[in-house]
This record gives sequence, C-alpha cells and structure tokens, in this order.
Amino acid sequence: MRLYEVLFIIAPNTEEGDINTLINQISDVATNQGATIAKLDRMGRRKLAYPIKKFHEGHYVVLTIEGTGAEIAEIERRMRVIDAIIRYLTVRIDEDLKRADKFRARRAARAAARAPRTSRRPGAPMAIEVEEIIEEEDEE
Amino acid sequence: MSSDQRNDRGSRQGGQGGGRRFVRARKSCKFCAEKIDYIDYKDARMLSSFVPERGKIQPRRISGTCSTHQRMLAAAIKRGRNAAILPFATD
Repeated sequence: MRLYEVLFIIAPNTEEGDINTLINQISDVATNQGATIAKLDRMGRRKLAYPIKKFHEGHYVVLTIEGTGAEIAEIERRMRVIDAIIRYLTVRIDEDLKRADKFRARRAARAAARAPRTSRRPGAPMAIEVEEIIEEEDEE
Repeated sequence: MSSDQRNDRGSRQGGQGGGRRFVRARKSCKFCAEKIDYIDYKDARMLSSFVPERGKIQPRRISGTCSTHQRMLAAAIKRGRNAAILPFATD
C-alpha cells in the first residue's frame, strides 16, 4: 500500500456547508475504491502566492490517503470536473517517509555506537596489560 | 635567528602578509543541525527562508545547505509553487 497526500484548494466564494460536502464527496470516492483516509487536515483560508482563476485566497485541504493508486486517478478525475476546486496536487509520501526513517535509524545507530566507546574508557588499561604480557613472553 | 622567524610568522598570522585574509565562519546545513529528515512543502514559513525576494531557490553556496538536503529542499519548493504556497516569480 502507498501513502498519498492529496492537497486541494477550494475557491474562497464557496460556503462552509458546501466545503464540507465537497470534502466528504472526495473522501467517499477514496473509501469506495477501497482506500483508507489516514488523515484529514483542513488548513483553512490562506492567501495564495499568485492568483488562480482570479482568486487571491483559497481554502486548503490536505487528505492523507492509503491506497493502491487507482483511487488517486479517480479522485483527480473528479476534482478536474468540480469548478469549486481551483487547484489540486497529489504527492506520494511513503517512500520519502521511509527514507526519513532510515536517516533517523542511522543517526540513532551512530549515537549508540559512539556512546559505549566513551563509557569503555575505564576498561582501557586492560589492553595495555595484555601488551605487557606479550612483551614478557618475548623476553622469555 | 629563531626569534626572527617566529616574529615573521606571527605577523603573517596577523593578516599583514597578504593572501587569504578573510576567514569566513564555516556555513553549516540548517537541516542537519536541526535533524530534519523530511522537508514538508506545506511549511511556508520554513521554505520562505530559502527563497529570496525574487522567488528563486537560494543556492547552496549561500545558504550552506548540504547536497542531500538541498535536493530535498528544491523538490519541496517546487511542490510549494504548484500549491500556490510559494510564488514562481515576484518582481
């Protein structure tokens, strides 16, 4: 299963009730296709960095969807048709998150490897003792 | 004689002998320092610190970001542009 982040921007002139039905509609499409909604994040009204369809503001909604990819195609097809959605962007995030986990694990491993070496310092003289024994053997 | 040599070296360290005078503080990767593994394209405030006025992506030689993080950052900025979080260009 893959994790997708579907971001879409709803036109600022849509009413609150319509926004809710729109979000439900989109998430229903995903669940009907066998995907699960991992997270729904309503970022709210934001200023756009540049005008889209002559709008300067928009309601940002981020859906985190776990699925196969087929439902993403369906969602995007629907979003393209709906006029109230002025922009959408889908990003696959599972690989990036896995990579982030790998980095985190490697850092943890490095920290763990560094810690015992410093704590072993009290035991360091042991190595010197071994060397001395070897030298004595050589003399004999 | 040995003291002469030492004096000579001392003056060069003082920066009078020409050559490399400006030793700039070493730049460091902000993301490595803060242990950030994933750069989110929706974080406008964080991204905008790497996007100068004109809307371009700040080069590594200025920000000091490491190559791994610069690649992640560039991808995030480009996504942010498509999501109207960051501008493509400003004038």
